[in-house]
Amino acid sequence: MRIRIRYFASLREALGPGEELELETSATIGAVRTALVQRGGAYAQVLGPSRAVRCAWNRLVVGEEATVDQDGELAFFPPVTGG
Amino acid sequence: MFSVQIQQEDFDLRHEVALLRQADPGVGAVVSFIGTVRDRDEGVAGISLLELEHYPGMTESAIETMMEDARRRFDIRAARIIHRIGQLKPQEQIVLVAVASAHRGQAFLACEFLMDYLKTQAPFWKKQTSAQGSEWVDARVSDDNAAQRWGLPGQHLSSTPHN
Repeated sequence: MRIRIRYFASLREALGPGEELELETSATIGAVRTALVQRGGAYAQVLGPSRAVRCAWNRLVVGEEATVDQDGELAFFPPVTGG
Repeated sequence: MFSVQIQQEDFDLRHEVALLRQADPGVGAVVSFIGTVRDRDEGVAGISLLELEHYPGMTESAIETMMEDARRRFDIRAARIIHRIGQLKPQEQIVLVAVASAHRGQAFLACEFLMDYLKTQAPFWKKQTSAQGSEWVDARVSDDNAAQRWGLPGQHLSSTPHN
């Protein structure tokens, strides 16, 4: 399946607006994040396990245990600060 | 009318309140909150610019979900939320939450509920610029606590923030 990854705020500044990713099998969002961290460099820095990162699947906030099992949009971003 | 608008332009409170009450003689109370840009933040003085980023599509639907929640919890007749994005300067208006109801009590409650909800659940991010440079604003534990008063989850702030 093909997923579109999007980054926002400080993650966008470090990694760019996003990318397309091909997944061979379904995976949890946590596993996708870990795979990105394994690229090293800026990915490891801003997505590493000690960083406060939130995620959304198809524009709904979900936990990292959620499974990506079809084409869709996965977003990573820092805690929100609107208002 | 329950509606949300994300925009760069400023908004006019009087106009928005008029829209909220229009065609509904059952409205007896309108409560509005306006957030404005400050020139200072925890430990930072002389902020000259605030940049607001959002997640187009998701931000609007997240706020619509909040409004549906507010309608279930409170006896309200209309609500309007406007949040600005882009570059803002100190003293500019940044957010409007306005709620109409038959009597004041429910409108006061719903307005505060929506604002606390928005602070912790709506995808917006702020970056502030001062003489010290530019930095992303960290989410606040006090906003999480405000959300939890309503039984909302907050953001579970504990890990290292981004800067």
